[in-house]
Amino acid sequence: MSTLALYSPRLSPLHRTPAGVKLAALGALSVLLFAVPRLPVAPAALAVVVVLALGGARLTPRQLLAQLRPVWLWLVGLLAFHLVVTDLASGSLAVLRLAALVLAAAVVTATSKVADLVAVIEWLCAPLRLVGVRPGRIGLAIAMTLRFIPLVAERGARIREAQAARGATRPMFLMLVPLLVQVLQLAHTTAEALDARGADDEPPPRPLWRRS
Amino acid sequence: MSYRAADPTPARTRSKTGNGGTRDLAYVALFAAIVAVLGVIPPVAVPVIPVPITAQTLGVMLAGSVLGARRGGLALLLFLAVVAVGAPVLSGGHGGLGVFAGPTAGYLYSWPIAAFVIGWLTQLFWRRFNAGYAFLANVLGGIVVIYAIGIPFTSLYADVPLWTSFTGSFLFLPGDLVKAFIAALVADRVRRSYPVIELPARQPAHR
Amino acid sequence: MARAWRRAAPPAEDPAVRSRSGIELLDVGHTYGDRVVLREVSLVLPEHRVAVIGSNGSGKSTLARLLNGLVLPTSGRVLVDGLDTATDLRAVRRRVGFVFQDPDAQIVHPTVAEDVAFGLQNQRVPAAERDQRVTEVLARYGLTEHADHPAHLLSGGQKQLLAIAGVLVMRPARVVFDEPTTLLDLANRRRVGRVIEELEQDVVVVTHDLDLLAGFDRVLVVEDGRVVADGGPDETVGWYVARMS
Repeated sequence: MSTLALYSPRLSPLHRTPAGVKLAALGALSVLLFAVPRLPVAPAALAVVVVLALGGARLTPRQLLAQLRPVWLWLVGLLAFHLVVTDLASGSLAVLRLAALVLAAAVVTATSKVADLVAVIEWLCAPLRLVGVRPGRIGLAIAMTLRFIPLVAERGARIREAQAARGATRPMFLMLVPLLVQVLQLAHTTAEALDARGADDEPPPRPLWRRS
Repeated sequence: MSYRAADPTPARTRSKTGNGGTRDLAYVALFAAIVAVLGVIPPVAVPVIPVPITAQTLGVMLAGSVLGARRGGLALLLFLAVVAVGAPVLSGGHGGLGVFAGPTAGYLYSWPIAAFVIGWLTQLFWRRFNAGYAFLANVLGGIVVIYAIGIPFTSLYADVPLWTSFTGSFLFLPGDLVKAFIAALVADRVRRSYPVIELPARQPAHR
Repeated sequence: MARAWRRAAPPAEDPAVRSRSGIELLDVGHTYGDRVVLREVSLVLPEHRVAVIGSNGSGKSTLARLLNGLVLPTSGRVLVDGLDTATDLRAVRRRVGFVFQDPDAQIVHPTVAEDVAFGLQNQRVPAAERDQRVTEVLARYGLTEHADHPAHLLSGGQKQLLAIAGVLVMRPARVVFDEPTTLLDLANRRRVGRVIEELEQDVVVVTHDLDLLAGFDRVLVVEDGRVVADGGPDETVGWYVARMS
C-alpha cells in the first residue's frame, strides 16, 4: 500500500496533523460552504485553502493546479451557464465553492498517509459491524483490491490474446465472461489461502438479523 | 450454515472455507478491483459534456448481479474507500478525496446503493434469472437509482436548476442502456458457469 | 528461539507441544453434491516426505486440502498429529502450511514484504519480531532486493518463492504443496524442487512433476478417489508410468 500516487511525502505542519482532524475539518468546510451560500465566504475559504496548501502543507502551485484538472471543464461550463441564466455573482459563488472543496480535499489526500486514512475509514465504518463486517478488515480489503487490480488486468489481456489467436469474431465484451469466471475461481483460491494463513482466526461479528 | 450450495464447476471442487467470511472478502475485493480495471478502458469522450462515458458503471452492474446485494454493495463501498485513500483508480486516473467533493460526486455516492439494489433484484429473480431479468435489474438499479441520486446532487452542488442537470444526464442514457444490456448478457452467462449467489435453502440442511 | 525457553511450559494439552505423530486418514470420504471425490481412504503417513500423484480430477487436490482443513471430510476423520481437522481447525491450520498451485491466488498484498508479513499479523506476532522474521525469510529465498516491489512485477518463479516464503515465515510443523511447479519453467521447477528438498518440515507434495520425487520417502498414486498404489518412489513411479503408457 506504499505505492499510491497521490500522497506527497513532505515534512510540514499539515502532514503532522492527524488525518482524522483534517477529514473533520474538510467535512466542516463543506457544511459551512453550503449552509452559508454568500459570496465573501467562498472566496475566503478558497484563499484559506490555498494558503494552507502552499504554506501549511508545502505543496507546489503546480500540484495544486493538477488537482483542479478533473473539474476545470466543469468550472468553465458552470460559470458560462450562470452568466447566461443567472448572473456573475451566483456563477462565481458556485465555481469558487467547488474549487475550494476540491482543493481542500486534495490537500488532505496529499498530506495524509494511506495507513492513517485507512484507520479513519475503519473508525467511520464501525457501524458496519451490524451487517457482519469487521472494520479491522478494511485495510486488508483495500490491500487485496490493489493486489487484484494488476492481476485482473493481466488475465484480461491474456484472454484477449487467446481469443485473438483463434481469430475470435465474437463481440469483445464476451471476453468478460471467461475473465469473470477465471478471476472468481482465483478469488475462491485466494479465500482458501487467506484461511490457510490464519486470516479467519477471529470470527466475524454476527449481523443484526442473525442475532437472537 | 443453512445455505444451499450453488452447483459446482465441473473442473474443480469448491471447498467451504472456514466461516465463509474470507470468501466474501475475496469476492468483494475482486469486484472492487474489476471496477478499477474497467476504469482503465479508454473512456468514450462525448463532445459538449464534461464527463466522459466510462465502463465503470458496467462494473457496478456486474458487481450487483454476480455477487448479490450485500457483497455487491460492499464491493462498491470498498472501491470508494480505495479511491478515498488516494489510489488513482477512477476513470481517467483520478482519485483521492477531491473527487468526493466534485460536482458529479453524487454519481459516485450512488454506486454502492445501485449495486445493492441490482443485487437485491437479482436475488429476487434468481430462480428464474435470465438476461431479460438481468437487464431489468440493471436498468432499475444501475440507471434509475444512479440518476435519482446523481442528478439532484449535481443540481444542488453546482446551483443549477434540476431540469438542466436532468437533461444533461440524458446524454448518457444511450451509453448506459448499452452497458445495462452488456452486463445482463455477461451476468446471465456467468450465472450458468460459475454461480456465486447462494439462496437460503428452503429446507435448511445442516452440515 | 531463546524467548520460547523463558516462557512457562505450556500445559500438556496445548496443541503446539504435541508430538509429530503424523497424518492419519480414517475412512475418509468426500462428496460434492452427487460427485464422489474421495472414497473411504485410510492412510497413516508418518514419513518425512510424502508425494501424491495421479491424473487431473483424481481427487488428489482434495486430498491435499483435507490435510489442513480447507476441505472437511464428508465421512471419516482426518487427524494431523492427533488433532481432528473438523474440531481443531485453527490449531491444525497453524501446524500445517499450504502452498497453492497458482501463486497469484495466494499473494494477497500488493507488495512483497507486506505479503510475507500477512500470516504473522494474523498470528499477532509483535512488530519487531515480525520484521526480523520477514527479513530472514526474504533473504533465504533471494527476495530481499524485491522487498518493497509490487508483487505483480515478479517473475513466475519469484512469485512461487514469495508464496512459499509467506507460508514458511509462519513456521508451520508441516507444509502441504498443491502442484507447486505446474506453472513454472524448468529452471524454476528445479529451484522450487530444491527448496522443498531443503525443508526440515515434514512435507506432502501433490504433483504431476515426477522429477520432483527423487528422495521422497513414500509416493501414493490416487485414481478415481482411491489410493491405487503406495510405496517407495522408484517402484511406484515406475508402476505409474507403465500404467499410463
